[in-house]
Amino acid sequence: MIPVAFDYQKAKTVDEAIAALSNGNSKILAGGHSLLPAMKLRMSQPSKLVDISSISALKGIKEEDGEIVIGAATTHADIASEKLIKNKLSIFAEGASMIGDVQVRNHGTIGGSLAHADPAGDWPALVLAVDATIEAQGKNGKRRIKATEFFTGLFSTALQENEIIIAIRVPIPPEGTKATYQKFSQPASRFAIVGCAVVRFPDGKTNIAFTGISDNAFRADNAEAALSAVIFLSDHYASAEYRKHLAKVYLKKALQAVV
Amino acid sequence: MSTNNGNGADAPNRFIGKSVKRVEDKRFTTGHGRYTDDIVLPHQTYAAFVRSQYAHAKIVSVNITTAKAMPGVVAIYTGAHVAEVNGVPCGWQVNFKNGTPMKEPKHPLLVTDKARHVGDAIAIVIARSKEEAEDAAQAVEVKYEELPCEIDAFKAAQPGAPLVHDDVPNNICYDWALGNPIDEVNAAMNSASHVTTLEFVNQRLIPNAIEPRCYNASYDRIHDHYTLYTSSQNPHVIRLLMCAFVLGIPEHKVRVVSPDVGGGFGSKIFHYTEEALLTWCSKHIGRPVKWTAERSESFLTDAHGRDHITKAEMGFDNDGKIVALRVKTYANLGAYLSTFGSCVPSYLHGTLMQGLYTTPKINIDVTAVFTHTTAVDAYRGAGRPEATYVLERLMDLAAHEMKVDPVELRFKNFIPPFDGVTQPGYQTQVALQYDSGNYHGVLEKGLQMLGYDDFRKAQKEAAHNGKLLGVGFSTYIEACGIAPSSVVGSLGARAGLFEFGQVRVQPTGKVTVFTGSHSHGQGHETTFAQVVADKLGISMDDVHIVHGDTGKIGFGMGTYGSRSLAVGGTAIVKSIEKIIEKGKKIAAHLLEASADDIDFANGNFTVKGTDKSIPFANIALTAYVPHKYPDDLEPGLDFSSFYDPANFTYPFGCHIAVVEVDKETGKVTLKRFIAVDDVGNIINPMIVEGQIHGGVAQGIGQALFEGAEYDNNGQLTNASYMDYCMPRADDFPMYETATQITPCPHNPLGVKGAGEAGAIGSTPAVVNAVLDALWSGGHEVKDIRMPLTSERVWRAMQN
Amino acid sequence: MSIKITLTVNGVKHTNKVEPRMLLVHYLRDVLKLTGTHVGCDTSGCGACTIHVNGKATKSCTMLAVQADKAKIITIEGMATHHELHPLQEAFNQCHGLQCGFCTPGMIMTAADFLTRNKKPNEKEIREALEGNLCRCTGYENIVKSIQYAADKMSAPKARKTKKEATV
Repeated sequence: MIPVAFDYQKAKTVDEAIAALSNGNSKILAGGHSLLPAMKLRMSQPSKLVDISSISALKGIKEEDGEIVIGAATTHADIASEKLIKNKLSIFAEGASMIGDVQVRNHGTIGGSLAHADPAGDWPALVLAVDATIEAQGKNGKRRIKATEFFTGLFSTALQENEIIIAIRVPIPPEGTKATYQKFSQPASRFAIVGCAVVRFPDGKTNIAFTGISDNAFRADNAEAALSAVIFLSDHYASAEYRKHLAKVYLKKALQAVV
Repeated sequence: MSTNNGNGADAPNRFIGKSVKRVEDKRFTTGHGRYTDDIVLPHQTYAAFVRSQYAHAKIVSVNITTAKAMPGVVAIYTGAHVAEVNGVPCGWQVNFKNGTPMKEPKHPLLVTDKARHVGDAIAIVIARSKEEAEDAAQAVEVKYEELPCEIDAFKAAQPGAPLVHDDVPNNICYDWALGNPIDEVNAAMNSASHVTTLEFVNQRLIPNAIEPRCYNASYDRIHDHYTLYTSSQNPHVIRLLMCAFVLGIPEHKVRVVSPDVGGGFGSKIFHYTEEALLTWCSKHIGRPVKWTAERSESFLTDAHGRDHITKAEMGFDNDGKIVALRVKTYANLGAYLSTFGSCVPSYLHGTLMQGLYTTPKINIDVTAVFTHTTAVDAYRGAGRPEATYVLERLMDLAAHEMKVDPVELRFKNFIPPFDGVTQPGYQTQVALQYDSGNYHGVLEKGLQMLGYDDFRKAQKEAAHNGKLLGVGFSTYIEACGIAPSSVVGSLGARAGLFEFGQVRVQPTGKVTVFTGSHSHGQGHETTFAQVVADKLGISMDDVHIVHGDTGKIGFGMGTYGSRSLAVGGTAIVKSIEKIIEKGKKIAAHLLEASADDIDFANGNFTVKGTDKSIPFANIALTAYVPHKYPDDLEPGLDFSSFYDPANFTYPFGCHIAVVEVDKETGKVTLKRFIAVDDVGNIINPMIVEGQIHGGVAQGIGQALFEGAEYDNNGQLTNASYMDYCMPRADDFPMYETATQITPCPHNPLGVKGAGEAGAIGSTPAVVNAVLDALWSGGHEVKDIRMPLTSERVWRAMQN
Repeated sequence: MSIKITLTVNGVKHTNKVEPRMLLVHYLRDVLKLTGTHVGCDTSGCGACTIHVNGKATKSCTMLAVQADKAKIITIEGMATHHELHPLQEAFNQCHGLQCGFCTPGMIMTAADFLTRNKKPNEKEIREALEGNLCRCTGYENIVKSIQYAADKMSAPKARKTKKEATV
């Protein structure tokens, strides 16, 4: 219940946060809803936390050059209730409102969730399906990583050491786009056993992404082929075989929802 | 609703039978409850435990040098320090079939030789703060030599299985049987025209009271006196067990207090090693020491519940009448005998195999087995849910196999109604004698509420449309109001199971009641006050209920087995009777009449047939200011009673579940849940309904959501709320509840007990409903292992 | 290391030096002695520790005290004003929404946040709002009814009338 002792620094700017990360075993603290539970169980024992929650540049949602830009430290609850999201990127509102519970949504952040890259997290499937890019900043400045190149394995991402996610950029889908996130929840944690995000553009192009079924979320536009190549996770709520079955069921549900 | 006033007076009940709002609520809703962890004593220290990471391992060495030098550390003790101290005792001796006593290996406060389950305590670290205690505990170095382990009761009982205790052959604690001689049962079974056989697992559950266990022990050197605050359901029992059996300290030198306790469900009955160890430590360090379980620790160290592997057979004649029942169970006790671990699978389980049916030949055979898992003991219902599960699963399955209606099959086999007053109690084949019952009544009421005929039509239609709807029934009985001491004593209980109740009338006529029962959610401060206020004709505001403190309450056996009102309430009623009797003598003296001519009703002592009367408060004052007073009477108005019940009480009822199963995913949705319970007379319908709700939710939890998952290495793989599925608000529909009242004939309140009913009746109803849904879709399935996760149900449909 | 924090709890300003690893719930319970906020688990699952941080329902076991620097916090002890119970506190009593009382403060705090966002909730919405709070005693039904009761009471004409009268 009590983490190992650590140092704490509240960063006022991203640059300050990046500088603060450079020494030793430091970790970024945003909402803390993935990190603190692990620290309380002493599964994670950083020597320093750099708190980015009061960096205002990392918060908020805006429209910019045909993109919706979501600050990395924006909470799930803020995303779920933001008008701009509801109007132009409703799948994010839908997905965000399915994460954890209300208390978790009030503090957990999109950036924290993506950096954590839990194989059963909801955001990974959502950002993959909408062709998002993840904007990160490190010592060498900013760069943009395509969502499709971001998730590299179990709890691992394309982020380099001491790199911080600063924003998630999503091209605003054209009028007439339909999108949905369909989730079969693990009954205890309510993380995804299968999460399937589907975006169907007016020209018929369809993006499909899955989370929960393998080491990391992935795009599967050619779903049939993709699913036959997946190494499915297995636990006492869902064996690999059952997950595979559910993936097909939830794909079908999602596709039906965007017709 | 009929209520039995019990004092012979014809005064109307002003409180009994009414849904009086709870008097204890305000402190809880405003954040002023006082739970054990809220208590901080001067010079407080904090404990953390070093626990085994292995299910079975030799402890090669424990190195505390580094840890001891860490900041804030006050003391560290290992098994070697307490090797001379006794282990915690088991409260019930069950004998082998051959008459020899059960195997009772020591359950030490800290292990020395080897660890026997994940979480077994190896060392205690005490420091100035929680943080420092945890830091130092992490620095204790334990060298293990891992040994093979066994988590399954059946496998552990086979020759060659790894031994939990070297001196317990085949890990068998005892074998035990009850009922008719096995050859008679076999003969009856062989004569049956149909035998339904079911092999299943009644899975291991983790009680999960939301308040984790917490203890705070202190020692006063000047007075050579200990105080232990404990999150316990029965502080007096803890004092008795800890003083007499573990620490060997005299009881009058120990005060045990259970302040507000955040739920128990059985798991806080038992005397845990940490209670005794902290008390022992408090003297050694000369400072108070507190330990609060972390939830992950609770998962590993709170006694678990259930965990039976069972084969059951029920034989029927041509007419559908049950002719025999034969049950064989392997019960998992875990690594150690917990306080009542031995009696749950035997006397609290086997004795209920009659159920509501007239089964003429019954034999239940139980092998109780040690495994490398957390100890198993009573959890809401304790043995009775397991028995009900056996019978009620068999009934619905048998009906399906014989192609008869499960409701008709029950009606055909029910014991006919009997009131236990003009008609005798019902003698079962398994030792108990039921007190009173009307089993047809609860099922009829349940069917009405369900709209059975309409449901079957809707089910057919749904099946036609590719939907799977199902209904499941469970008609249960339980033995509560535990218990007549002479009976349980003859069965091996090592304590009496009476209760104590003291009624102290203050000089102003206000009343303080001291009860040995303990409320950890049941609402005694309200229900007991309703009884006292009615019986004395005073306001509920003038009654104060005191519980949970051995320093204030003469004695007590505590709260479990749905016994508080039936046993504890009766002890209070007995004291009230003594108060009234003495009051009549005082009144007679003041009114210059004979005591035999005094009536007591509505709070007034009246000379029969006259208007000469004195209020209760005046009698109270006279008792303490005895200026004008009978010569042969002591002053004061304060009586205690010990009440030992004449029999168990036997609540019963009918639970009905309606479910829908998603064909594609196997996900079960509970659409309706109907509970008709007969718990005898009801003092507070609101509280009884609340108890039923909570029990039902736990029973549904067992059917659909909950279950401990051990891997083959003995690791509990779902030891957190991220993995162990606790039922949540959105898992349930609104419950449909009703009561029937068949008063208990042998206690003055006519009450039977309501705490466990919900958890006993509900589980098989839900599982039966899921199977009924699958059957409606043509899936011939006999059993699905609980909890009925979506995958398990889906798999059942793939065959 | 220890860090100075200043925060307002139930309208009272507090300044303390705390270790960075101190959880907000431990700060409230151990430093401020506000023991109405409870700890029921170590994985942010049970919701017994729910409080309001800057008006939002928050699991205080999943927040460091240092993160709450400058925050406005309300705990269960701050819900009754001028000795008058909050409608939810009254409702839990009226509807028997509690038994052992351990989860109750968290339930009330979650419900209070919920009712600010949804003034006329239906049963399903209430049940979903309690997703982050476990109760082992009640089977939830009476908690749902309590929240419905409070919602009705908070939006009842009587309350509006009082407001109107106040403005007259």
